[in-house]
Amino acid sequence: MASGLQLSREELLVAYRRMRTIRDFEDKVHEEFSAGNIPGFVHLYAGEEASAVGFCMHLDDRDAIASTHRGHGHSIAKGCDVEGMMHEIYGRKDGLCGGKGGSMHIADLSKGMLGANGIVGAGAPLICGAALTAKTLGTGGVAICFVGDGGSNQGTTLESYNLAKVWDLPAIFVVEDNGYAESTASSWSVGGSQVDRGKGFGLATHEVDGFDFFAVFDVAAEAIERARSGGGPSLVHMKLARHYGHFEGDAMTYRAADEVAALKAESDPLTIFRQRVTETAILNGADLDEIDGAVRTEIEGCVASAKAAAMPAESDLLTDVYVSY
Amino acid sequence: MSNKSYRQAIAEALTQEMRRDHRVVIMGEDIAGGLGAPGEDDAWGGPLGVTKGLMAEFGRERVLDTPISESAFIGAAAGAAATGLRPVAELMFVDFMGVCFDQIFNQAAKFRYMFGGKAVTPMVVRTMYGAGFRAASQHSQCLYPLFTHIPGLKVALPSNAYEAKGLLTQAIRDDDPVIFFEHKAMYDMEMEVPDEPYAIAFGEANVTREGDDVTIIAFGRMVNLANEAADNLAKNGVTCTVVDPRTTSPLDRETILETAAETGRVVVVDEAHPRCSMASDIAGLVAQEAFGELKAPIKLVTAPHAPVPFSPALEDIYIPSVAKIEAAVTEIVEYGEKAAAE
Repeated sequence: MASGLQLSREELLVAYRRMRTIRDFEDKVHEEFSAGNIPGFVHLYAGEEASAVGFCMHLDDRDAIASTHRGHGHSIAKGCDVEGMMHEIYGRKDGLCGGKGGSMHIADLSKGMLGANGIVGAGAPLICGAALTAKTLGTGGVAICFVGDGGSNQGTTLESYNLAKVWDLPAIFVVEDNGYAESTASSWSVGGSQVDRGKGFGLATHEVDGFDFFAVFDVAAEAIERARSGGGPSLVHMKLARHYGHFEGDAMTYRAADEVAALKAESDPLTIFRQRVTETAILNGADLDEIDGAVRTEIEGCVASAKAAAMPAESDLLTDVYVSY
Repeated sequence: MSNKSYRQAIAEALTQEMRRDHRVVIMGEDIAGGLGAPGEDDAWGGPLGVTKGLMAEFGRERVLDTPISESAFIGAAAGAAATGLRPVAELMFVDFMGVCFDQIFNQAAKFRYMFGGKAVTPMVVRTMYGAGFRAASQHSQCLYPLFTHIPGLKVALPSNAYEAKGLLTQAIRDDDPVIFFEHKAMYDMEMEVPDEPYAIAFGEANVTREGDDVTIIAFGRMVNLANEAADNLAKNGVTCTVVDPRTTSPLDRETILETAAETGRVVVVDEAHPRCSMASDIAGLVAQEAFGELKAPIKLVTAPHAPVPFSPALEDIYIPSVAKIEAAVTEIVEYGEKAAAE
């Protein structure tokens, strides 16, 4: 079984770069949204990077993921074009989805990214379908549903646990429990425990620290290997936290006054990663600083090119409703 | 060519398409049946026996029984379609759309547009609709207007066994999500149906009767009632054109408008409720585009704005009938005559 601490220097640099890309992407979108430059509804993933990257490091294009409304991180981790994503968020014609989806619907099926999703809990049935495709066509692929603590209470998610078990699918349900469904605490809204729910449906279950890339990576390896080898579906519950509100503009009055500051000081997945790899001398600080600088430049370039890119034309309004009609 | 029931025609389309394309799988509650139970395997072949025998030929891997979980398996069909299969999911009664509609109208219908034209979702939802079985309010509705309203979905309403085979074949080969409506009162209706595979194009209406006085546009099972009404009326010298649009989305506007203009009188027969329906949609279309050609008001023959009742005494008067269609035709023919007399 692969272990995160046995990753090569190159692999660790890739993991760090992806997490840093997500962080900078989200911080920049926050800044740009606050300045009034981005339209619509935006939900940021900053703080949860270890989950998306820890899982998606194991995947390739035959594997599918379904994401949530908080989908930028999963999209980047699964290999979506970062510049195309930024253009999409700005509603540009050359955005990843032609400006027709926006932040909540970023998708790239060629990368196995089945979409961020505006409907909480909608991803789990879709992932059963992607897993069925992999199983029926014998691709060796697996399918992963990222779902929040809010989405974990939807019937679609619970039905999908059962269907995945009954059909013996190569599916994994990753419950990203960031503590809040919108403004409501998961400690209040979730009856019973997530892991017990999984066990109740006969899934293999794991509990993992979602702030720790290495812990996530190792659990992901186990669950993905189980799915790939025909061992059936799993549920992974992780505690983690978002640095921003439910949506951009959320004043977060439901959180404790010092909560986010404490999170950033004590439970930042990028800081934890940096400490771990430098303490064990696999990487040094300069390696990571170099990535920080390169990613900062890349994201600033994405914003600049997005702002300069053309908007869709009126002639784009009615295209792609159907394949043929 | 041989005599086949609507049920057999549907099963034949499924069988031939599953043989033709290994990516076609079917899924639904009890579509084989008896799974895990001590009695017969393939015990039901669907609640009305439409898919009986398919499991024997294609196996459990392609004939997928599901738990009673419409949200999960209709959504799974959407996810499977977006990733390379061509699933045909059976939503036993269309009335059950209430527990899975999100996966159809927010997911499958929108992938292509939301994802900038890069998604293809070739799924079919076969579903039973319609009144006449004494099945009451939650197992008798039509509901096709609700699906027709959603851009991204196609909606087919086969009116007989020939139409059912050809339209289902097209639905399975189509790259867009298709909702395929089977009227539960038609499964035993028989007619000559070709043995070889054939597809009927969507959006091309079928004109089943040609006449001079009134154009009757009817949907699904109602086409048969309209034909019967037209035949009865012809004996009294009133001739009708009957149009079966076959699909409500896409809709063959041209044939509807041309035939409406030819007679100048239009009756729309729709088993669904009258508000926001195909009947009101067609009336709106004709009023907007062919107003100058009309000799009389457009008449709608529909179910009332009420749930489907259980009691046979009530259900029989609830469903549009041949007599009601004839009365509507007669009324607008006389409207013209009265106007001329005045």
